[in-house]
Amino acid sequence: MTLRTPLCMASAAAIIAASAAHAETITIATVNNGDMIRMQGYTDDFTAKTGHEVEWVTLEENVLRQRVTTDITTKGGSFDIMTIGMYETPIWGANEWLVPLDDLSAEYDVDDILPAMAGGLSHDGTLYAAPFYGESSMVMYRTDLMEKAGLEMPDAPTWDFIREAAAAMTDRDNEINGICLRGKAGWGEGGAFITAMSNSFGARWFDMDWNAQFDTEAWANTLNFFKGMMDESGPSGYATNGFNENLNLFNQGKCGMWIDATVAASFVTGDGSTVADSVGFALAPDNGLGKRSNWLWAWALAIPAGTQKEAAAKQFIEWATSKEYIELVAANEGWANVPPGARTSLYENPEYQKVPFAQMTLDSILSADPNNSTVEPSPYVGIQFAAIPEFAGIATEVSQEFSAAYAGQQTVEEALEKAQAITNEAMEAAGYR
Amino acid sequence: MARAVTSQRKLINTGLAWAIGLLIFFPILWTILTSFKTEAQAIASPPIFLGFDWTLENYGVVMERSNYARFLWNSILIAGGSTILGLIVAVPAAWSMAFVPSRRTKDILLWMLSTKMLPAVGVLYPIYLLFIQLGLLDSRAGLIIVMMLINLPIIVWMLYTYFREIPVEILEAARMDGATLKEEVLYILTPMAIPGIASTMLLNFILAWNEAFWTLNLTAVNAAPLTAFIASYSSPEGLFFAKLSAASTMAIAPILILGWFSQKQLVRGLTFGAVK
Repeated sequence: MTLRTPLCMASAAAIIAASAAHAETITIATVNNGDMIRMQGYTDDFTAKTGHEVEWVTLEENVLRQRVTTDITTKGGSFDIMTIGMYETPIWGANEWLVPLDDLSAEYDVDDILPAMAGGLSHDGTLYAAPFYGESSMVMYRTDLMEKAGLEMPDAPTWDFIREAAAAMTDRDNEINGICLRGKAGWGEGGAFITAMSNSFGARWFDMDWNAQFDTEAWANTLNFFKGMMDESGPSGYATNGFNENLNLFNQGKCGMWIDATVAASFVTGDGSTVADSVGFALAPDNGLGKRSNWLWAWALAIPAGTQKEAAAKQFIEWATSKEYIELVAANEGWANVPPGARTSLYENPEYQKVPFAQMTLDSILSADPNNSTVEPSPYVGIQFAAIPEFAGIATEVSQEFSAAYAGQQTVEEALEKAQAITNEAMEAAGYR
Repeated sequence: MARAVTSQRKLINTGLAWAIGLLIFFPILWTILTSFKTEAQAIASPPIFLGFDWTLENYGVVMERSNYARFLWNSILIAGGSTILGLIVAVPAAWSMAFVPSRRTKDILLWMLSTKMLPAVGVLYPIYLLFIQLGLLDSRAGLIIVMMLINLPIIVWMLYTYFREIPVEILEAARMDGATLKEEVLYILTPMAIPGIASTMLLNFILAWNEAFWTLNLTAVNAAPLTAFIASYSSPEGLFFAKLSAASTMAIAPILILGWFSQKQLVRGLTFGAVK
């Protein structure tokens, strides 16, 4: 035995002891959805690689948003990693509430993150959250019903075609609604849909002086078109339908078309769907004005400034949003179940290209530009939201007025008048006007 | 004189009472039934009532994903601790208000009740900052204090009402026999007000068990009770109704069982003093 052997053994023991001494338990706040729950199941892989343990706090999306906002604004320090979206990230980054992710390792390959995602999760060019999965929105339609109606869905349909197709596919006797869309109040529910749709009609939330724009013809056209089409071809009670209600209807064969999040593609083609074999995909519709009605969103992992476990938290983020994690999920659960919409390399993978909705998801994401989302110039970043702190509160109230109009409790004109007043009043109080 | 009630009337009243009871219980029954369905059966249209393949799969998934025992233990400690602490504060307070009232007693009672009208979110930030300063975030001790404070007005009011029903002459007789204040409260007043105290305890325990604003906002991992357990299965993007129902059933089961066994005591306490 040479001197080298005991030296190597001593060094190895020292390294193990040192990593044990630095092993941390990090607390992660996250949302309850399929991809996030799947990630929790693979935590052991992270622990085996780094020695760090993970505690999960899983909450419903809106509860989580309130919880992490309270914690970060008061520097509570309850969490080492927070799951946040594209709305919060630029605002919190600008306030220096988040740790900049500007020193991720070379192996992580930060340049592989889809540019649209990296852009939406940055402030002043600095990345503040790493996308775990990303989504846009697109048309999911029943190929059999479309064929029966004698129509063919183009890859990039217009709103006029969608309305015509919806009417043609509607079969009230057999409980088939030509189209299912979100009408539910809430800025992230019906509010997100109608805002993205309004972009394609030439509408915007604010002009360059932060004046509300609900008194414009573009907004009246948006709401009248939506309500007219849904009254003709939508399900009864659509004013209270959100993502889950429409997913349920589509999976039971009761919708001809559904325009919603691209992540839903794996649900409507999965085991829980009765129509999995007859689903096609197309880009979200436009109106010939140069903007489509698709949105852009990402659930991303960010580190609150002030955490004592920044190094371990960064290690976790690198693990969870890495190419290796995607491969880990693909190896165990198939390519259709990997977290989509975050990395360019995923869409270059020949195996993933076989997934029926992969290309349309990528095309939808690439066609969304949060920095240039409206036909007329607007002062805000964001497609289905305006990335200002006041937006969530205002948009929730506005979407309640819109839902009341869908339900027939007031006219579209009354809803728009109220939306204009609510928005201008709030923006004035916040000092924008 | 008791009114004669015809058997036909009795039958109608009984039927009506059962119908109302079932109507109130139906959402709980539906939740329990859904917890034994698959996700696809849970959202089936038209809904399936009993004709489905019963499965325990959702309970298995929930048990695998979450540390149910930890959430349950936290709920028991927080609800139980706040109830006991609340009684320790409220019994002397209610005693003084019932037996040695001052000119301001009624005002104080009304003021205490008025604090229940304040929306909780209005004081979220001050309480949160206090908790950070005192190191009470995500601690059972912090939640016990908050639960005790928010339910204190109700406990004091209930005990005050019960104590008012006890003849003051009995307490005076005890004092004549040389009982100290402590003995008077512990050995004379408390045994006489046991039904009232028991129902107050039960009600406070149920309120603390079900409280979902503070328990969600002031906890993370260590002190999170069953309300946080349920919240972790709710999702606006994904159909997890069967699992959510299983989690809900597991969260409400202990309190349902407790309520079932103590319903006689609860009703006796709540109607205590209603008939003179």
